[in-house]
Amino acid sequence: MTSQGLLKTEAMVEQLELMGCIQCGKCTGGCPVARKTELNIRSLIYQMLVEPELDVDTHPELWDCTCCFTCVERCPKDVRPADLIIGLRGQLVEGGRVPDTIGDALMGIFRQGNPTGIAREDRAAWAKGMEIKAAQEGCEVLFFVGCTPAYDPRVQGVPRALVRAFAAAGLDFGTLGTEESCCGNEVRRMGEAGLFEMLVEENGELIRSVGASRLVAPSPHCFNTLKNEYNLDGIQVLHYTQLVAELIEQGRLKLTQEVKKTVTYHDPCFLGKQNHIFDEPRAVLKAIPGLKLVEMDRSRERSLCCEGGGGRMWAEGTNLQERLAFQRVREAAETGAEILAVACPFCLLTLEDAVKVQGLDDPARTGGRTLQVMDIMELVDLALA
Amino acid sequence: MKSAIRNRESVEGETMDLGKPAALVIGGGIAGIQAALDIADAGFPVYLVEREPSVGGRMAQLDKTFPTLDCSACILTPKMVDVGRHPNIELMTYSEVVACEYTRSVTPPSPPAGTPPCPPAGTPPCPPAGTPPCPPAGGGERRGGFRVQVRRKPRYVDVSKCTGCGSCAAACRMKGRVLNRFDEGIAKRSAIYVPFPQAVPLKYTVDPTACLYLSRGTCGKTFLCKDACAAGAIDFEQQEEIVDLEVGAIIVATGFDLLDARLKPEFGYGVYPEVMTGIEFERLSSASGPTMGKIAVNGKEPKDVVFIKCVGSRERRREQAALGSVPYCSRVCCMYTAKHAHLVRDKLPDARITVFYMDVRAFGKGYEEFYDRVKHERVMYRRGEPSEVYRRGGEVARSETGQSRLVVLAEDTMLGKPVEVEADLVVLANAVVPRTDMADVAGLLGLECSPDGFFQEAHPKLRPVDTAVDGIFLAGCCQGPKDIPDTVAHAKAAAASALGVLVRHSSSTHSSSTHSPGGRPT
Repeated sequence: MTSQGLLKTEAMVEQLELMGCIQCGKCTGGCPVARKTELNIRSLIYQMLVEPELDVDTHPELWDCTCCFTCVERCPKDVRPADLIIGLRGQLVEGGRVPDTIGDALMGIFRQGNPTGIAREDRAAWAKGMEIKAAQEGCEVLFFVGCTPAYDPRVQGVPRALVRAFAAAGLDFGTLGTEESCCGNEVRRMGEAGLFEMLVEENGELIRSVGASRLVAPSPHCFNTLKNEYNLDGIQVLHYTQLVAELIEQGRLKLTQEVKKTVTYHDPCFLGKQNHIFDEPRAVLKAIPGLKLVEMDRSRERSLCCEGGGGRMWAEGTNLQERLAFQRVREAAETGAEILAVACPFCLLTLEDAVKVQGLDDPARTGGRTLQVMDIMELVDLALA
Repeated sequence: MKSAIRNRESVEGETMDLGKPAALVIGGGIAGIQAALDIADAGFPVYLVEREPSVGGRMAQLDKTFPTLDCSACILTPKMVDVGRHPNIELMTYSEVVACEYTRSVTPPSPPAGTPPCPPAGTPPCPPAGTPPCPPAGGGERRGGFRVQVRRKPRYVDVSKCTGCGSCAAACRMKGRVLNRFDEGIAKRSAIYVPFPQAVPLKYTVDPTACLYLSRGTCGKTFLCKDACAAGAIDFEQQEEIVDLEVGAIIVATGFDLLDARLKPEFGYGVYPEVMTGIEFERLSSASGPTMGKIAVNGKEPKDVVFIKCVGSRERRREQAALGSVPYCSRVCCMYTAKHAHLVRDKLPDARITVFYMDVRAFGKGYEEFYDRVKHERVMYRRGEPSEVYRRGGEVARSETGQSRLVVLAEDTMLGKPVEVEADLVVLANAVVPRTDMADVAGLLGLECSPDGFFQEAHPKLRPVDTAVDGIFLAGCCQGPKDIPDTVAHAKAAAASALGVLVRHSSSTHSSSTHSPGGRPT
């Protein structure tokens, strides 16, 4: 009996141009999850090249990939190894053979436009009590909020802080309210290409209809797909750190309150490695009076993935031991920083969880030196108050 | 008739055969040195122009050479001395070619005013001076040559007086404060310097960017260097000088650069003092280098040494520009890494040595045998291109405990497993790349570059030293990466081709130079 997951390799080898692979191993060598699970993308590419068929059902580790794209960034031959993982996940999705939690997230997005499955009507609840213009009325900057900032109680403070900062800077902005749907960045990376196309069509049409010249997103994940995969001709897509750095630079946003803290910054994969935005988040932090910025050893291009991307917010992966975020927060604590600043909702959640589970926020367990995870916007908010 | 070429330092009174056209060799590395010697030995005059204060080039920086382990300086220095003493070679160091113009005749005894320096009618019109020379006329035998301008930069030292004693450098206020480029920044020197003790000519030069007087206008109450110089050779009034030459053939031997390893941020070059490039390792290992050949990092002998090959080479990327990658194999790294591994084993018998490789390309005479030898010397070759270098425990661990070591992340593709290898020294074999000023030189001479950025030869198989410009030839790494034997062979081929042109000229005409040497050595 043949397995359901038997995939003919030839077409995908051609489509992804895998023939150029020289098996150097730079992909697996730098893969943050290869060290803790069976995932070996170099070996998978080799199997694709030399075997006529691949049984995807025998590779549960395909769901371990965080789509950090370190492999893509470093491949000397432009093979884009992570795209193979996304393609193979697509085979599993087509056959309906996905981990339950991934299936739930995809279903939530299909039904309610967000992975939590909470009602679409609640999408604007984060902005309760705030006066925000509907972008549909026309605005200069479209504020694309994203699912996690809109729904997760821990992250909701980030879009609220952004609204206060935009208002303080006199920015003409608006949101799509409950009409906004999931951007689909993780949907695509979980292999659900059909749903992704649907979201691109829906969101794309809505975004274009607003007529804004710029779009800003709090999440590097939304930012990545809107910038690189939506084809929003003529609309400049920004991550919030870019826009806030610009407002500070122009003198429109004045940070006056001292925040006397030692802060280290964690580069999110979708902002740093994948879109090479390293300097703007640091510029924002440096503009906060009294704040001292220290760097972790692995920063910028060498930042360690928190293991929350590529659908991993909704799947544990094959290794149930500690996540990479646990190692990452220890690296942050080693710098002597009191605050680990992030610029991504997933990083905020995974890293904060890792701090709490390891007791790094408990002075009794750390000898008094504690670590707290905050979004850059939460620090800006303190400096604005 | 007066001598066109004399070398006053070593051959007082000897004169050149003046009935012959001269060659210009641009670049005084091993390629330019060899080409100049071959042409000069055949009896033709040669101007050898080098922009640094000494000839020697990259080969002078190397410790040993593969696969024979000859001391690089020991086999190069005699040739450097030869070009300095050869009666047919005028050495023009600390000089640069600034203009080149195609001329109708190699030897207009005194060209009548208004004569256009153009080929005969029917060939393309000649551009004004300073623009690239005209292409050869219609494929037929061309009788023209080149009128060249060379800028002699001021050394601020009268080389006819300087004895090379070094008292000036010892007295200089900037002593030990200026990065020595010859030592790849590992050592420091004075503002007045010779790049290395075997320099040819052994004459001091004032570095105008480092000299307090030249860069800031003041150097205390008195010039310490001038006070120290018994020969009275230091002359801050010296000006640059433009020298006109007329030559029948040109050999371009401008060499190569090395990829800035900071463009591969994953390896931490420029962040970690334990990460260095191959050429830096050469200086570290060289007995005449800043550490007298002692291999030490932060004052300590490394216990674990990791070599990473193909850093920036062999990359085929869509967004290639400025991303620190080149598509070709740099050709020399496999063998120099094997040599480096051998040198570490030789000096540190107990070190653990790991070479990470994708392929081992040991194609030359005695090369595979050398690779075999090195493997038997307990050098661990592991297949896999490392992906990252980081410091275990970070900077805090390093400063607080001094124990924190670097970790090289890779996949050992033979094991099929990711591995972490600790290291006290990481040596990067960074790519050989074209000189940054290739476009300027190409524009000056009317040359073209191939897609890899090196100068384009006339035919990739059958005319490897010719260019599209008749009379201009390529030698060495300016045409593409080469090891020393290939460079020397290429240079000798270029010299033979240039001699063909010179002989053709001398059969119908005779040579002179508008430059009348006035007893001024290099």
